[in-house]
Amino acid sequence: MSLNSYRTGPDEKGHFGKFGGRYVSETLMPLVHQVEKAYREAMQDPEYLRELDELNRVYIGRPNPLYYAERLTEHLGGAKVYLKREDLNHTGAHKINHAIGQVLLAKRMGKTRVIAETGAGQHGVATATVAARFGLECTVFMGAVDIERQKPNVFRMKLLGAEVKPVTSGSATLKDAMNDALRDWVTNVHDTFYIIGTVAGPHPYPMLVRDFQSIIGRETKEQIMHLEGRLPDSLVACVGGGSNAMGLFHPFLDDTDVKMYAVEASGHGLDTDKHAASIAGGKPGVLHGNRTYLLQNEDGQITEAHSISAGLDYPGIGPEHVWLHEAGRVNYVSATDDEALEAFQLLCRCEGIIPALESSHALAQVIRMAPSLPKDHIIVMNLSGRGDKDIFTVADALGAEI
Amino acid sequence: MSRLSSCFERVAAENRAAFVTFVTAGDPTHEASREIVLGLPAAGADIIELGMPFTDPSADGPAIDKAAQRALKAGAGMHRTLDIVRDFRKQNDHTPIVLMGYFNPLYAYGVDRFCTDAAAVGVDGLIIVDLPPEEDEELRLPANAAGIDVIRLATPTSDDHRLPTILDGASGFVYYVAVAGVTGGKSATTEDIKAAVTRIKSHTDLPVAVGFGIRTPEQAEAIGRVADGAVVGSAIVSMIENGLDETHMPKDGMVKDVLDFTKKLADGVRAGTKG
Ligand SMILES: Cc1ncc(COP(=O)(O)O)c(C=O)c1O
Repeated sequence: MSLNSYRTGPDEKGHFGKFGGRYVSETLMPLVHQVEKAYREAMQDPEYLRELDELNRVYIGRPNPLYYAERLTEHLGGAKVYLKREDLNHTGAHKINHAIGQVLLAKRMGKTRVIAETGAGQHGVATATVAARFGLECTVFMGAVDIERQKPNVFRMKLLGAEVKPVTSGSATLKDAMNDALRDWVTNVHDTFYIIGTVAGPHPYPMLVRDFQSIIGRETKEQIMHLEGRLPDSLVACVGGGSNAMGLFHPFLDDTDVKMYAVEASGHGLDTDKHAASIAGGKPGVLHGNRTYLLQNEDGQITEAHSISAGLDYPGIGPEHVWLHEAGRVNYVSATDDEALEAFQLLCRCEGIIPALESSHALAQVIRMAPSLPKDHIIVMNLSGRGDKDIFTVADALGAEI
Repeated sequence: MSRLSSCFERVAAENRAAFVTFVTAGDPTHEASREIVLGLPAAGADIIELGMPFTDPSADGPAIDKAAQRALKAGAGMHRTLDIVRDFRKQNDHTPIVLMGYFNPLYAYGVDRFCTDAAAVGVDGLIIVDLPPEEDEELRLPANAAGIDVIRLATPTSDDHRLPTILDGASGFVYYVAVAGVTGGKSATTEDIKAAVTRIKSHTDLPVAVGFGIRTPEQAEAIGRVADGAVVGSAIVSMIENGLDETHMPKDGMVKDVLDFTKKLADGVRAGTKG
């Protein structure tokens, strides 16, 4: 990677520095190469790009607004806070951005069936949605624990015609769902495309998911120039696998005056064993097709992550994030379950917006940093999704009955 | 000559395939697992594949996944896996042992240290299922330097374009994964396997062992006729599972039942002499 740009990765083998790569079973290797080839060809094909653009506009509803959160800004009393409204996308989160891009690739490759793993259910819903839109068969793997805490999304996927397969192995959450999706993929290599839900997995997935998500950052750049006539001072996004954060950050990586904060979920606290902060609490390792930081024990066994937010409850993180962390370009911070819950409620009351619990982690960082910053400091926070799916979890945490 | 090479030479002289068994190290307990492994040569195993348990075995089906989880719960780990090999070598110096698993536990152990320690206790080969040729250099070079073969996998998706990549750097033998899928799943037909083995052999002089989907003595016999080795994993591992009580502790006679079943498979392979 060239030293004067943060945007040239990955290399041709899918490495971001030491991280990334293609750590999958041999059966999948030819397929992973085919996905890469199909992706590179698609990106040169004006017809593919036109269709993607069209669907982004008329199906997802892009561009979504960059919204000045006036009452939140007043309340915090410091920096000026903008929210990038990914929650207003069709299906209610940023996940649809990469689902559309990938389903078009699946179609291009002649696949008739798509599979996905899901944690919060947002990526599962996005995948079920695009599968319905293109008439493809769809199976979504979801941890049994997550099925319990994300019931509305489970029903949504079923309404959309997808089969939701409960995963009971391991901790029955997102990482186990990804294992089962890989098992299904290797068994059905000929007709199935795996729509991965974040910037992780074997190359080319971290790259292609990032590229599809980068529309968030590109729009933000245009919108902030229009609204403020200059780039923002800080960007803030939550990270589970890291797709919404990469999407917002990537177009700004070489604008080195723009500070970036990626917020991991620290669950009950970084000093406990109940968190999901792979950068703060993990070590380098290999899982799910890539080398990255992982929560693991001395023996290299993966440990269970914890977060109140199902979408952040993953013991790894996309490899490009690890590279950006080691390069010092992005600051990796964290927010606890309690801080996220506080932030969730604040946005409801201040702005009339119910944020996803995932996005509430980003907001917790905004709440922490904004008050001490000058009034002309501009923060753009990625509001990666809406929180309707989380109302049961939040009610439970607050001791309320619905 | 390495133990693997002499083994394949010996069985070839007997005009038959090698019988390769897979069990997970530490399943269901360290003691019971040790007893099974030490008993495998007498039950007819020519080569022992020993699974290194991992929390997230995404290339394995339910039988081997559960075996790994049982072993980990019972305290298994990389050091204890090597302990089993060390104990085995005290009484057997000729049966090759191949460790099979995923890269992360080995990486956490430290690749160089692991290769040194594994060679010292008498490990002959490594199969790391999530380390394709594109990524295996960091293990292959130190392993080879320590005298350990890194065994490559060929699969139904390995076309003539892919095979040279797989075979470049391969040693020990080639493991042909007979079906696209996870362990413990469907079986391929003998004709398909024969065609695949013939094709792989046109690219390499290494022996070709076939695994995935071999569960019965009859299948072991049929595959033995067309390959240099027949690998049975999930079927043996399922026998272990069948011999456990509700708390996952071995019932009386579990080890004997597992070894008796292994013997039947071994007899199958030995019946499958080449025409
Ligand atoms: C709304 C929302 N934000 C964020 C995430 C976390 O994923 P990522 O870090 O890939 O953006 C999820 C995952 O389900 C989500 O639903």
